[in-house]
Amino acid sequence: MRDPYEILGVARSASSDDIRKAYRNLAKKLHPDLNPGSRKSEELFKEVSLANDILSDAAKRKKFDSGEIDAMGAERPRQRYYKDYAAEAAAGHAYENASGYADFAGAEDMFAELFRQQAQASAQARGADMQYRLTIEFLEAITGASKRLTLPDGGTLDVTIPAGIQEGQVMRLRGKGGAGASQGEAGDALVAISINPHRFFTRVGDDIHLELPVTLAEAFRGARVKVPTPTGSVMLAVPKGSNTGTVLRLKAKGAPRRGGHGDELVKLKVMLPSGPNPELDAFLSNWQPGTGYDPRKDMQP
Amino acid sequence: MIIRKLDFLYRAQLDQQTLEVWLQEAWLIPGGTAAEPAFSEADVARANLIRDLKHGMGVNDEGIGIILNLVDQMHGLRKVVAGMLPALRERSMSSGLASSTDADQGPE
Repeated sequence: MRDPYEILGVARSASSDDIRKAYRNLAKKLHPDLNPGSRKSEELFKEVSLANDILSDAAKRKKFDSGEIDAMGAERPRQRYYKDYAAEAAAGHAYENASGYADFAGAEDMFAELFRQQAQASAQARGADMQYRLTIEFLEAITGASKRLTLPDGGTLDVTIPAGIQEGQVMRLRGKGGAGASQGEAGDALVAISINPHRFFTRVGDDIHLELPVTLAEAFRGARVKVPTPTGSVMLAVPKGSNTGTVLRLKAKGAPRRGGHGDELVKLKVMLPSGPNPELDAFLSNWQPGTGYDPRKDMQP
Repeated sequence: MIIRKLDFLYRAQLDQQTLEVWLQEAWLIPGGTAAEPAFSEADVARANLIRDLKHGMGVNDEGIGIILNLVDQMHGLRKVVAGMLPALRERSMSSGLASSTDADQGPE
């Protein structure tokens, strides 16, 4: 901040009377309520007021002169002036005064109409769209669900999740967003869906992929095994001679889509028994698989 | 937010007697009743303005009434101008568009 003496335009030796006069003259010109449209006046008046705060108080002035405080010492937040409230005041307030323009021909009607239109437009303003994020479980995304979202303002929002919803899909709930003005419609709530991964299902489009562990015997000899699907377990026929990597298709057990469902694709994974197994060991030590059995034959250089 | 009389006196740094005079002069027009006036933030700011006029600028009581009256008229006018701005802006924009399409047409 500049030197307060300089701001008020007085000498360092000025009397308190000189200072008061200087301040008065500047305040008459610069007071924000007498210059409601001028940001510059407001800035200048703030400086002038600060300078006056220091120099009009004998003790503060002495401290400033001896260098004990600097001109920033009296910094204070921006004051709200009467003009700020007058600008926001609603029509019909106590200080309203139309004497400045009431003689313009038809002015009253025209302005009344203008204000009526404005008031109407603002009364019909639509509420804001609100963005939310909702995380649901994998199976809820497949079968659909009803969820209740707790909003930051403490309210709640019931969301009906349609079956088959995809990760990242955004649901638009009409009229569930921010409130509109008195006659305006409310905005929409936009709920972005994210889906937690499942322990063993993965989703690819409308199909569901599942890796199913089977025993050596089930794969080699064929079997009927129980397989989980999003809508409960079903029995699956594992054909004789299946192997790790064999994919079996369960029709229409995937995610719902237009006109039906995707499939569930079951990929077999042969699991040898864990731990020592003397019988298998004895069998394998005598077993001759034959010349055609080389699982790495495609990897020969 | 409604400000009760005692709070108002404190916020506006006024004493009871001064407030009575200002109310009589209708420099301040609070809501509520005479027995229980209800002041607003705008009234506090207006009281600050009156104090600035009186003590900061040395305006006498006659002057204050005149100034407040003119200030209120000025805000009335400012409102009218602010209210007309959107319509004026729209007009100047649409006339601006019209002239640019004219220029684009070129000779037939």
